Amino acid sequence: MVDLVRMLAGTRGHRRLDWTDWLSYAYLLLGLVLMFGPVLWLVLSSFKSAAALNEFPPRLLPYGQASVTVPGHPGPLPLFRVKLPDGSTRQLAELRRIGIQATMIDPERPEEEFKVNIRDRERVRAFHLALENYTEIFGKFAFGRFLWNSVFITVVATLITLLFNAMAAFALSKYRFEGQKWVFLLIISTLMIPPTIILVPNFLVVSKLSLLNSLWGVIWPAVATPTGVFLLRQYMLTIPDELIDAARMDHASEWRIFWRIVLPLSAPALAVLAIFSVIWRWNDFLWPLVVLSRTENFTLQLALNSFQGELTTQWNYLLAMTVLTLFPVTIVFAFLQRYITAGIASAGVK
Amino acid sequence: MLASSRLPLRALAVAIATVTLNAVELPMRALQRLLGVPRIGWVFVTPNLVVLGLFTFLPIVIDFYYAFTGGVQLDLRARPFTGWENLQTLFECGSYLDPSTCRKDLFWRAVHNTAWFALLQVGLMVVLSLVTALVLNRKILGRGFFRGVFFYPVLLSPVVVALIWKWILQREGLLNAILHSAGIAGPVWLNEPGWAFSWSVFVSIWAHMGFYTLILLAGLQAIPADLYEAAEMDSASPWRRFYRITLPLLMPNLLVVLVLAVIRAVQMFDEIFVLTGGGPGSATLFIVQFIYQTAFAESIRLYGLAAAASLVLATTLLALTVVQLRISRQGLSGKAGRDDG
Amino acid sequence: MMFAHARACAFLGAALTGAFAAHASAAEIRVACYSDGNECEVTQELAKRFETQNPDVRIAIDKVPYKAITEQLPVQLAAGEGPDIARVTDLGGLSKYYLDITPYVKDPKYWEANFGQTLKWLRPTPTDKGIYGMMTQLTVTGPFVNKTLFEQAKVPLPGANATWDDWAAATRKVAKATEVPFAMAFDRSGHRFAGVAISQGAKIFDAKGNLTIDDGFKATAKRFYDWNRDATMPKEIWGGVGGSSYRDAFEEFANARVVLYLSGSWQINRMDKQIGTNFDWIAVPNPCGPAACTGVPGGAAFVALKRTKNPKDVGRFLDFLASEPVYAEYMAKTENIPAHAGLSKKGIDYKVSPQANAALKVFVGDVAKLSPIAYEIQGYKYNRALFNSTTTRLGQAIAGEMSLDDAVKRIAADIDEQVKAAGK
Repeated sequence: MVDLVRMLAGTRGHRRLDWTDWLSYAYLLLGLVLMFGPVLWLVLSSFKSAAALNEFPPRLLPYGQASVTVPGHPGPLPLFRVKLPDGSTRQLAELRRIGIQATMIDPERPEEEFKVNIRDRERVRAFHLALENYTEIFGKFAFGRFLWNSVFITVVATLITLLFNAMAAFALSKYRFEGQKWVFLLIISTLMIPPTIILVPNFLVVSKLSLLNSLWGVIWPAVATPTGVFLLRQYMLTIPDELIDAARMDHASEWRIFWRIVLPLSAPALAVLAIFSVIWRWNDFLWPLVVLSRTENFTLQLALNSFQGELTTQWNYLLAMTVLTLFPVTIVFAFLQRYITAGIASAGVK
Repeated sequence: MLASSRLPLRALAVAIATVTLNAVELPMRALQRLLGVPRIGWVFVTPNLVVLGLFTFLPIVIDFYYAFTGGVQLDLRARPFTGWENLQTLFECGSYLDPSTCRKDLFWRAVHNTAWFALLQVGLMVVLSLVTALVLNRKILGRGFFRGVFFYPVLLSPVVVALIWKWILQREGLLNAILHSAGIAGPVWLNEPGWAFSWSVFVSIWAHMGFYTLILLAGLQAIPADLYEAAEMDSASPWRRFYRITLPLLMPNLLVVLVLAVIRAVQMFDEIFVLTGGGPGSATLFIVQFIYQTAFAESIRLYGLAAAASLVLATTLLALTVVQLRISRQGLSGKAGRDDG
Repeated sequence: MMFAHARACAFLGAALTGAFAAHASAAEIRVACYSDGNECEVTQELAKRFETQNPDVRIAIDKVPYKAITEQLPVQLAAGEGPDIARVTDLGGLSKYYLDITPYVKDPKYWEANFGQTLKWLRPTPTDKGIYGMMTQLTVTGPFVNKTLFEQAKVPLPGANATWDDWAAATRKVAKATEVPFAMAFDRSGHRFAGVAISQGAKIFDAKGNLTIDDGFKATAKRFYDWNRDATMPKEIWGGVGGSSYRDAFEEFANARVVLYLSGSWQINRMDKQIGTNFDWIAVPNPCGPAACTGVPGGAAFVALKRTKNPKDVGRFLDFLASEPVYAEYMAKTENIPAHAGLSKKGIDYKVSPQANAALKVFVGDVAKLSPIAYEIQGYKYNRALFNSTTTRLGQAIAGEMSLDDAVKRIAADIDEQVKAAGK
């Protein structure tokens, strides 16, 4: 047994597992629970009915009211565990309730009626997946259209981001021209501007450019990310200048050098930026809300929020909606996880 | 990916890309002849600069104009010029240390909260990311997996992050259920000013730590292993190795993390806004939320005041960053970027 | 990457064709609609009928989040953009963007006779006589009570003319006897608070018609503050959130954590659906104060917007929605109280549970008892300045961040600042 543990945790060369290793694993396990646990809880909760969500303490799995169909009574009747005056406990179905008194019957012998104080009864639960949280959301709108818009914005914005940022990064890493330093500082300085504080004037600009209610009104303002320029510039600095000089010897134009040599060599950094860009655009909410106000060009995030009314917050829908928006991101992550993290570590800041 | 049915599509894609990119080559060649080689750089940065100019710098200029005009009109021409009035209103205070003596008490509460938040959150986050990176840098089983675990929340949208935690922290949420089973009656976490603030710090660390951890991990992996081997030969204690080798060599990365985390913390908005709405009272009200509310959430929208507050925020951030970079005196040479665009 | 590029081109093409196809038809009316229940769906259904009667018009209902109506729509309108019709709640605040549809409706007298009381709310000035839109429902604020708890505690329900103090005392007794944590809860909204304040004698407006924070308002604030401090009310509703954010106390009531819940008629549908027969929930008439026994009316309105290019069709569509049979159907399907005098008299045939029907009746009865001030504040252009500041500042006081005196002073200062800026 000890051998097995040692083998599994074969750390730090051949030495056996010391206390620092145990501590590391404990830390990672805690991290695992803290990072994934909340999301898992959200997903589980999203399958609970509104009534089940209101229960305290909450159950891990979704349960709903158990019910039976009794001949002679229309519709299923809710089941309760009832303490009868004689001290016995039985499962009874409720016919009606007036005030604090409930009228109940035994599903086996429906002739006999019991009058029960509602304090003496307890609901019987049965496992129940409240899929209606999801189906009702889907039933409310044309899912395909919104998915299409979201995908369009995400893909097109990411492609333009990659091209524009790579061009800028190329110029900033491979040339020495007048004003270069200022251009670089100008781009870096936009990191200081949270998008929220220029929301109103930005709306004016987009409106004057007639980009309102157009998917391009969401795409264009998003493509010049300072992060992308830095990331790519950093990576391109590591590409040897000799390669470029050699190409110039062969009379390749600067544009050809850019897209035939530098771009392919920057693939790892481009991949990281692509993944980030996809996630950013997919998660965007506030800006599309400002620009897009017609149903046919809503993104998925907007559509899912559109059933949020003035006066009511319904957790069951809210949770289901959250899970729906979380889903694609999680799938992307599950498949590209190794690639993403390794890519950022190697390309991001070296 | 390489299923045969996709191959024609792929070939088509390559063909289209080649044609379009080749089409750009002709005009680019002409420009190159016109400008010469180094100056062609301007052409390469132009698309990015035009977009930034239109959708970032132009709005900033408009914001400037707003800051010096009054009224509630959106149309620039309809706004009366008021000079320094908006800024004066913001800074009208009995004492800057006591927000209740200020005319815009909420702005100053936001300033105080943001300062405390930045201090606490950045401090804790740097320490935690460092610890996590050190652990992940050990030779452990499933390293790639765990690296992903800590990174996962970075991918979630702020709204989702906030809803996840709101759902756990509410009165009858998971956390109180766990405490309940241990016989403890938990408070309504987001209802107590102190707790709400602490949870804001926690949730924002939860959501962003992974990004910084990866930056630090990259730095750790770049430290040559023979340095440690040499230290082990000299039987230096682990602590000494950490202080003498790890920390100094990791400094550039730590600095990147520090600068980015400070910028990010001072700009904190979305997740806390959805999580607490700035409450209880104004215990978790931060500057960006104040700006957003003044310009958006009220029926009577004081764009000028919001713009003035934006100017104050941007100036402060710029000053903070310059100071940080000056103090460190380490050329960052463009190590920057953040996890939200 | 290359692969994605080709896909993008395909998308682009499809998007362009799609855009052209959408613009092929004649007059298109855009309606920005938010929904608390099924309002937008029912509007859609009625719009289809309108389209078959008027084939030259196309009605497009854009269902948007409420946030888009409160936060983005005003910016769009200010920039000269936006839809043709919108369902809005800041009735007075947006009035400068409304279009007078009097020339386009068949019978302006019908509108005046049936919607007269609420048409005023949409008018930019008191002297104006225009028709700018129609209320999609009339809401009234008022309390719901958990009757089952009263029965369990064997405490009699306070009568029709009971005061807020009577109710506070009774519900406290019930809460104590039944071990329910709180006696009462109010939605976090200045609008709900205003009804109580007016009942307690707040005049809201001074002689010149400007907002004023008088002794009646202050006394109500004090009472409300005390109720929150002595745990008659759950502190987290008002104290737990920041700013002027809305928060309802529905969950507290539905889980029998409070005995009385001050909200409004729009909750009936939800009560019916989510509480059902778990306990007996009833609506009761608004409790009294020295001045009145009033709630505050409210509701959302479909308004015509000036920037439309088809004012005639906008008028026709609203006229269609306002016609008696259509409006009656709309009310019945959305389970709302009509803002239509004729229909109020006739009554609407709601297909709802007996409990919901009883509650609807109570609220309809309360409409008649509304104080004139309550109507006036609802129609006042800058009412949000008062409502929002009330929630923000009282919330801060309840959270223990400032004294009640300071909070009241701040409310007055906030209103003053905003109204002044709006006048510039």
